[in-house]
Amino acid sequence: MLLIPCPYCGERPELEFRCGGEAHIARAADPSAVDDGAWSEFLFSRGNPKGLYAERWNHAHGCQRWFNAIRDTASDRFVESYKMGEKRPLPGGE
Amino acid sequence: MAGVNRLPRGGRIDRAKPVSISFNGQTLSGYAGDTVASLLLANGIHLVGRSFKYHRPRGILSHGSDEPNALLSIDRGPGKIDPNNRATVAEARGGLVTASQNHWPSLNFDVGAINDRLSPIFVAGFYYKTFMWPRRFWDRVYEPNIRAAAGLGKSPDGPDADRYGNRHAHCDVLVVGAGPAGLAAALAASEGGKRIILADEQAEFGGSLLHDVTSTVDGTAAQDWAAQAIAMLKARENVTLLTRTTAFGYYNHNHVAMAERITDHLENAPDHLPRERLWQVRAGAVILATGSHERPLVFADNDRPGIMLAESIRAFVNRYAVAPGRRIVIATSGASAYRAAADAHAAGLAVTVVDIRLEADCGPEVAFVRQKGIDVLTSHTVIAATGRKRVTGLIVAPLGSEGRVGARRTLAADCVGMSGGWTPSVHLFSQSRGKLRFDDAIDAFVPGQSVQAERSAGAARGSYDLADCIADGFAAGDPLTARPRLAATPSLTGFQPVRILPTDADATRVRAFVDFQNDVTAKDIGLAVREGFESVEHVKRYTTTGMATDQGKTSNMNALGLMAGIQGKALPAVGTTTFRPPYTPVTFGTLVGPAKNALFDPARITPIHGWAKEHGAEFENVGLWKRAWYFPQGRETMHEAVARECKAVREGVGIFDASTLGKIEVVGPDAAEFMNRIYINAWTKLKPGACRYGLMLKEDGFIMDDGVVARLAEDRFHVTTTTGGAARVLQHMEDYLQTEWPDLRVFLTSITEQYAVIALQGPKAREVIAPLVSDIDLSGEAFPHMTVRTGFICGVPTRLFRVSFTGELGFEINVPSDHGRAVWEAIYERGRAFGITPYGTETMHVLRAERGFIIVGQETDGTVTPDDVGLGGMIAKAKPDFVGKRSLARPDIVAAGRKQLIGLVTDDPSLVLDEGAQIIDDRHRPVPIKALGHVTSSYWSAACGRSIALALVAGGRERMGETLYVTTPDSFAAARVTAPVFFDEKGARVHA
Ligand SMILES: [Zn+2]
Repeated sequence: MLLIPCPYCGERPELEFRCGGEAHIARAADPSAVDDGAWSEFLFSRGNPKGLYAERWNHAHGCQRWFNAIRDTASDRFVESYKMGEKRPLPGGE
Repeated sequence: MAGVNRLPRGGRIDRAKPVSISFNGQTLSGYAGDTVASLLLANGIHLVGRSFKYHRPRGILSHGSDEPNALLSIDRGPGKIDPNNRATVAEARGGLVTASQNHWPSLNFDVGAINDRLSPIFVAGFYYKTFMWPRRFWDRVYEPNIRAAAGLGKSPDGPDADRYGNRHAHCDVLVVGAGPAGLAAALAASEGGKRIILADEQAEFGGSLLHDVTSTVDGTAAQDWAAQAIAMLKARENVTLLTRTTAFGYYNHNHVAMAERITDHLENAPDHLPRERLWQVRAGAVILATGSHERPLVFADNDRPGIMLAESIRAFVNRYAVAPGRRIVIATSGASAYRAAADAHAAGLAVTVVDIRLEADCGPEVAFVRQKGIDVLTSHTVIAATGRKRVTGLIVAPLGSEGRVGARRTLAADCVGMSGGWTPSVHLFSQSRGKLRFDDAIDAFVPGQSVQAERSAGAARGSYDLADCIADGFAAGDPLTARPRLAATPSLTGFQPVRILPTDADATRVRAFVDFQNDVTAKDIGLAVREGFESVEHVKRYTTTGMATDQGKTSNMNALGLMAGIQGKALPAVGTTTFRPPYTPVTFGTLVGPAKNALFDPARITPIHGWAKEHGAEFENVGLWKRAWYFPQGRETMHEAVARECKAVREGVGIFDASTLGKIEVVGPDAAEFMNRIYINAWTKLKPGACRYGLMLKEDGFIMDDGVVARLAEDRFHVTTTTGGAARVLQHMEDYLQTEWPDLRVFLTSITEQYAVIALQGPKAREVIAPLVSDIDLSGEAFPHMTVRTGFICGVPTRLFRVSFTGELGFEINVPSDHGRAVWEAIYERGRAFGITPYGTETMHVLRAERGFIIVGQETDGTVTPDDVGLGGMIAKAKPDFVGKRSLARPDIVAAGRKQLIGLVTDDPSLVLDEGAQIIDDRHRPVPIKALGHVTSSYWSAACGRSIALALVAGGRERMGETLYVTTPDSFAAARVTAPVFFDEKGARVHA
């Protein structure tokens, strides 16, 4: 079971959390202005990298807050977590 | 003295505490401190089981948890019997009833041993080759017969009578293994006050030192050094010591699972203790001091009872004061076995050493034992063992140049110790995802690159010298502080890897075992490679080598080495198989812990649950909730009860527990704006005191949830959700609120558990509650359908909704949960004069289906839009945006021919269709026929006097009046397409 660092509560076991998929996928301010292709991209296309990946997490059985975290998908190491609205950090000079 | 082969002195057994156990009905004596294995050996018993496939007689191979052969069924009382206990691990204690396995009619005479004579048939891959065809023979003939003939113990047939515990623990450093390296690591790590857990699978700490009676450490006897170290650790408050505790799984982020065996070794275990306990440890760092496993030698009939690992002879002699034989031959390709030879000799046993190595390749160990008077034959191979149920000797022969085998001679022996070298126990390291590295110098895989915060120490990383192990432990426990190296007796180390002993025998007739538990021979591995299996993972699965419950702890390196030799590769090029948890078998009880029966899955019950139970309700599970399903009276069937309940609601009044409905309060200055964005409906103009049926989509445009929403005030909405969707909806709302619209000033609060909800439905509902309600005008004008009022019922504050999911005049009475049952009972008492009838979820489903109300998750499945179910009109077109709006304009969503909700009435009014049944338009089409859709809801409707069904059908609304065909278990049923409403088409009754 992973240990996930909630920026509000600290490290907590994985079973307290829910993963919300890839982070930093902005919802358009005016979705009606988005064409079909871009909208389906927004809905359905997600990265699947081997390596660092920014994900949304919800501390569902804790503070209930959403936050973002960078996880290495190969090692499951959490590099960093940060609050919603904060800029994605650039670990490893990426 | 307990046992004919008990040595007169020595050992760590407690001679003041005799114990006796039963083995195959025979009572045998031993001492506290014995394992079942040492007790059996003390009584001269080597034959303890029959092998998995060939039913060959088998004895005790090892002295620890790597034992492949000596698996016993152990009976500790009613409900406390389990198979496949390793005799070398199970501690002897009074009252233990043990039995050997996998034989019939007896251990001594086993008819299954015919398999051994048929062994040419039972070669590697035998299952795959023989049992492929015909298919129907597999289930009926082959599989049951194989199951009966092969296998380990019998699984118990009653429920487990034991209790199991569960504990979570955190520590700075977890040390696994309390041999010399582990003890040193724990000492060093705990000096500064860090929280340490030291766990070891054995009954005592000390590891290999428990059977080392000759070494010294730092000027004192090694066992005394260990005792002092243990005493120091015990005195430190920051150290938790766990004996009989196996770390069996190493998971992500230093999460280590351990099984602690608490009562099996106690004759009279106190009732408050669980049998075993699962520890889930989160460690800042983990030190793996898990030791190493000795390798058997591979030669003909090397599995005869009495042939064991050389180090195990040393353990039985020194630790348990047992002579496993009186005339011992040690066969070895390395130095460590000479220590076993010397110790057995010192105990008065006759010992001869046969060493495969050239004399010139041997170290000082040869002279060391020769000067004690032990015969050593260097440069000799073992051709075969003699004897069947007990070894009687070894046929050996000198090796000439280029491996030529010289003249045979037989060395008489009643016990053989074999040593083919050592393999570090890298299982946990490998489970931690660490990368192994092959070390040529010790012919073994050792920990290479770590992935987690973990260090290996001692023999687990290939350090076999005692002083090295201790120094290694100190360094692992506290890498920052240099500690002086403790002097210790030099260990006899070094071996020459030999995969199979040279022989002059016909190789096709030789039965030289590599994997004892799964009965895999060297020949099987050769056959697999010849048949083209190259990958180690494939050879493993084809031959089953290393796949038994011991996971090949003793056998894997021999198997890999054989493969490498046959393929002409270096061993690291062959690689190794993946190590997986558990390290040793773990009982199901330990994994399950307390989570069984009522604690298996938590049940959610409503405040009215007790009343429903007392009134004979049958319940159904909805998520974790227990919901009253129907209330049968007398000998009523479900069908009869539901028909009666439906009729009562339509004609009189019914009472229904709707407390499980999800309820969320949406509060704040921006609450209406938030609601606008989450729901497809418009909320801005909804007046306080009014209700609206709300529909919520996911961003992809498909229906996610629905429910009635009441606006209690300008800034306060009381939202209801489906029973199953409550948590999901709150999470969905929180997600958008926190991540997309953090500027909105809104609070979301789950109030599902805070309110009991009593639905009172039927033409007489108003009359029933009228005298109970205060501060609310119940008249139709003052309190119309789809409104909400606050006031009191039975003196309890209530949010009283005038809503209906039945199509009748109705109320949903929200009261604080603590008052739920009292209010329910008061309404029920008052209602008796009106024939009030409690009804359950089944009746609720029928009533709403008669009116064509959808149930999310029944009429919808995550691919259904509002328009698909005829609710497109609810969409507030003027709203610029809401979750899912953009997706409703996607090409596939606006395309013609989507499945739409319709009603179906069968030509045969008594036929109730199957929910989920497929629908086609022409039953005479050639198959395969593409289905148009499926039945989503189907019931007998008492009100309509016939069956009714809802269905999703492609282009359904264009098909009104058409006849379609619905699959039935044996044919098709014709049904006519109608509007999805069957009763009170205009919906007038709710306004009564
Ligand atoms: Zn948190």
